[in-house]
Amino acid sequence: MRRPARYWLQLAFTLAVCAFLVVPIVMSVLAGLTTNYFVGIRSGLTLRWVGEVWSLYSETIWRSIWIALACLACTMVLGIPAAYALAKVQNRWTRLIEEFLTLPIAVPGLATALGLILLYGGWREFRASWLFILVGHVLFTLPFMVRSVLAVMMAVDLKTLEEAAASLGASFRERFTSIVLPNVRPGILAGALMVVTLSMGEFNLTWMLHTPLTKTLPVGLADSYASMRLEIGSAYTLIFLVMIVPLLVALQWASGRARKS
Amino acid sequence: MIERERRRALLLAVPALAVFAAFWLLPMARLVAVGANGPDGARAYLAVVTNRNYFSSLVSTALLSAATSIATIAVSLVAGIFLQRNRFPGRELLVSLMTLPLAFPGVVVGFMVILLAGRQGLIGEVTSWLFGGKVVFAYGMAGLFMGYLYFSIPRVILTVMASVEKLDPALEEAARSLGASTWQVTRDVMLPALMPAIISSGAICFATSMGAFGTAFTLATQINVLPLTIYNEFTNYANFPMAAALSIVLGLITWAALAAARQLAGAGVAAAG
Repeated sequence: MRRPARYWLQLAFTLAVCAFLVVPIVMSVLAGLTTNYFVGIRSGLTLRWVGEVWSLYSETIWRSIWIALACLACTMVLGIPAAYALAKVQNRWTRLIEEFLTLPIAVPGLATALGLILLYGGWREFRASWLFILVGHVLFTLPFMVRSVLAVMMAVDLKTLEEAAASLGASFRERFTSIVLPNVRPGILAGALMVVTLSMGEFNLTWMLHTPLTKTLPVGLADSYASMRLEIGSAYTLIFLVMIVPLLVALQWASGRARKS
Repeated sequence: MIERERRRALLLAVPALAVFAAFWLLPMARLVAVGANGPDGARAYLAVVTNRNYFSSLVSTALLSAATSIATIAVSLVAGIFLQRNRFPGRELLVSLMTLPLAFPGVVVGFMVILLAGRQGLIGEVTSWLFGGKVVFAYGMAGLFMGYLYFSIPRVILTVMASVEKLDPALEEAARSLGASTWQVTRDVMLPALMPAIISSGAICFATSMGAFGTAFTLATQINVLPLTIYNEFTNYANFPMAAALSIVLGLITWAALAAARQLAGAGVAAAG
């Protein structure tokens, strides 16, 4: 089949867009592994910068993982029951609740962070602990968990399933744990991966909420971009990529599965 | 459904609402109050229009965000329609490569811009080799524009691809059999059907660029955009009332952009259906 000239033009354009997106990633990976970026790749490959990042910033990496997991636990405990309520009762009020819960992503993180600091900043122990950052992350990621679970709840026709179980004498608790939760598992999984990915990369809120003792990975990244040599920033970015890209791939797989259910 | 069941279901939303009220609603109320209790009182909220510095910062942020949205949509329409409508070897790989930046926070996007257009960047190297002059534009509005493009294109391409997939090819066939050219089919059949997706992703793009902080912060802290102005008022000048008032105004703008788009796109969906 002969393709028209338009096809080749569009292909070239699409490849150029792809290059724009991918070339800097490749450069960043190479720069993180090159002995001297200014000289180029012929100066040799090394893991020295990765090692240096590890000794300087490993704490931020562990803290980010810890906060992401805590955030996941919070959004599951808060979000799954909330999604159930929104799926079960649909009226003006529940639409308002849904609207409310999405406000923290409709308003810039900077505003949310300033509000938190102005209201709770005086409470020293809270301000200085990682919990202060966790609160921001939970606000920011909760809508994604609710939305993901709610979408699957609407698709699987919970009502009929639950009525069947109730007619067989299942209590509310039994129905929730043995009918609702197993049926919405794809939605929970997709939501969970979303929450962890977003929390690991969150910066807008975290930069305002962190203290020198509660730096997270993205805060450390900003710090290294501003004050370290390019190779160190690149090696740090490389570590971030190694953590975030598998999450992203899993997320895309899981949300495809959740949509099909 | 039995009333008792409904009430029990609603109770399950209480914990989420409590957290929302304590850590978002109350802080926002506090922000509004702090904004109104500076030396200028509630007039601080007008400062974004009356004060020349804040106003120029607002206008340049809005222009930058509008330009970002338009450019992102144009690029993503061409690439997204192409990727959805053609099958060729390597297509899957191309799509997954283009979605890699989805998980990048603004700071990392800023670093990518520095690698491309910064002092040791690729564009500088290539231009100095070609023309003898080094082109460096990462540390200002142009760099920010590039960063927001980088951030938005993957998202919008995915949205475009998903909406193109849902189009009814019969409509395009019909138009073509009536003698419409490819361009006419695109303009009169495809684009109107894609309009809801275009409007909503344009608004998301606009709102994100208005409120984004990480990319600008990585490139330079002196770029004249509203989020950096707010940040500087807060941390460098400790002008809490002004930072609070400006961030409330910024929040209202991004929220309104998203709400308006939902209305428009919703109406569009209804009209198309």
